[in-house]
Amino acid sequence: MRAGLAGWVFAAPALLVIGAFFFVPVLGAFAVSLTDFDLYALADLRNLRFVGLDNYRELLRSGDFWSALGNTCYFVAAGVPLSIGASLATALLVNSRLTLLPAFFRTVFFAPVVATLVAVALVWRYLLHTRYGLINWGLGGLGLRPIDWLGNPHWAMPAIILFAVWKNFGYNMIIFVAALQSIPEDLYEAAHLDGANGWQEFSRVTLPLLRPTMMLVGVLTVAGYFQLFAEPYVMTEGGPLQSTMSVLYLMYEQGFKWWNLGSASAIAFLLFLIVLAVTALELHFSRRRESA
Amino acid sequence: MSPRLARTLVHLALGALTLVTLLPLLWMLSVSFMPRGEASAFPPPLLPHHATVANYRLLFSSDGGGRYLANSLYLAGITTLCSLVCNSLAGFAFAKLRFAGREALLRTLLAALVIPSQVAMMPLFLMMKWLGLVNSYAGVVLPAAAGIFGVFLVRQYALSIPDELLEAARIDGAGELRIFVRIVLPVLRPILVTLAVLTFLGSWNDFLWPLIVLTDQSMYTLPVALATLSREHAQDNELMMAGAVLTVLPVLVLFLALQRYYIRGILMGSLKG
Repeated sequence: MRAGLAGWVFAAPALLVIGAFFFVPVLGAFAVSLTDFDLYALADLRNLRFVGLDNYRELLRSGDFWSALGNTCYFVAAGVPLSIGASLATALLVNSRLTLLPAFFRTVFFAPVVATLVAVALVWRYLLHTRYGLINWGLGGLGLRPIDWLGNPHWAMPAIILFAVWKNFGYNMIIFVAALQSIPEDLYEAAHLDGANGWQEFSRVTLPLLRPTMMLVGVLTVAGYFQLFAEPYVMTEGGPLQSTMSVLYLMYEQGFKWWNLGSASAIAFLLFLIVLAVTALELHFSRRRESA
Repeated sequence: MSPRLARTLVHLALGALTLVTLLPLLWMLSVSFMPRGEASAFPPPLLPHHATVANYRLLFSSDGGGRYLANSLYLAGITTLCSLVCNSLAGFAFAKLRFAGREALLRTLLAALVIPSQVAMMPLFLMMKWLGLVNSYAGVVLPAAAGIFGVFLVRQYALSIPDELLEAARIDGAGELRIFVRIVLPVLRPILVTLAVLTFLGSWNDFLWPLIVLTDQSMYTLPVALATLSREHAQDNELMMAGAVLTVLPVLVLFLALQRYYIRGILMGSLKG
């Protein structure tokens, strides 16, 4: 009985914070998304009107939303496989029996993950500078012409993807290294005795045993990459020609630049539903593959 | 392939990756010591000809760098403190104290982990406005003072505390708070360091919410100030790189000092799914 009361008292501060500043606003967001909450409502609540699903309907009819969703999907579809590929390749190298100082390399590759996104995005903005950037200088050394990375609508998103891969590959690398270390050594010895070569060991032993980790990493990275915001905010301001305007950036502009908080809430909910649906699809396909 | 060749190839690949990983960070450091305008040249200079701390001096004198640094330190520090108190109490309660509704609450919290924070942002802003907390430190700290992830992090660890240990203390007549402070907290110490590092770095690096809720430039954190200033000073490479160093250096140092704890947190977080 006493423990029962104590339990509530101990949990209360955290539950209050999470309830008041997370659950209430999440529920409130749905309510706000059904209104025309704008600058006038912000000044005086009497200007607020219930509009039902009008915000959603309007968004689904607007080119801005679809183009932002398209850009975000581009970022996810290209960025996630590249990131996970880089993470896995690096993890295999770091975890290799041949590697000296694995702890040193692990730390180095993780450094971009902890570095403040806004600050390193600024650094990359200069690295990608058309005239003075190190990257175009390097391309010049290879005999290639300079690319107007952040000023050309075709190149801005690839540039941001490149940056995101650099920034994030260390995170999943850590998870892959832990998973690789949990694979029993005798499996490799057995494969070796059976005459498997390096590639066969990787494809028949390592990859199948990594599948659950791969699934987890995939789901988390996809969900994370759908939240694209600070990279275009700092590097391109959504441009050129809206080519790097992401869904979250659109939400930010609608909500806190134009003060259309109703429409912004609807965008946030749509993004949430899309991520939820994509996650469900990923889980569905991974289960089917496992049972097949 | 001979083992020696294989070893060389592996290290060549690792060396190339190290270069790619560190080059942007080293270049940032190098440019931050260049006099104004030196970085805008072709080919881009790798090292300053005449290293100078003028950018840092300017940053701290006229551009309020000291102010932003203090804001960032203060906000990340207070947030970490609050999150340590709230999450450790709740994490312990969910692991070791039986109370009505515990399992239902746990399930609700776990399910809510899938909701991204930006869904809450518009009403949260309105709440802060009505509470008069827009453009205040409390407006940044309060929403992060406890978190579902933090509660679960502590709970997973606290599950391993033997019940007999707590029972024995209760039989000796110790109150729950006393048991928590004297027995539980020392056992939880490693996971609390993990939580502290994760919270501090998360708060320091956070961008979207501070950008929304802090409206006065004197309240800005380093990332918000940096993003805003870089729009005004688009040509001042060297100054902006000094600002970037000021922003990144504290978290990198903290990570290097406590990376064991940080990485444990990531691995525990990735196992929760």
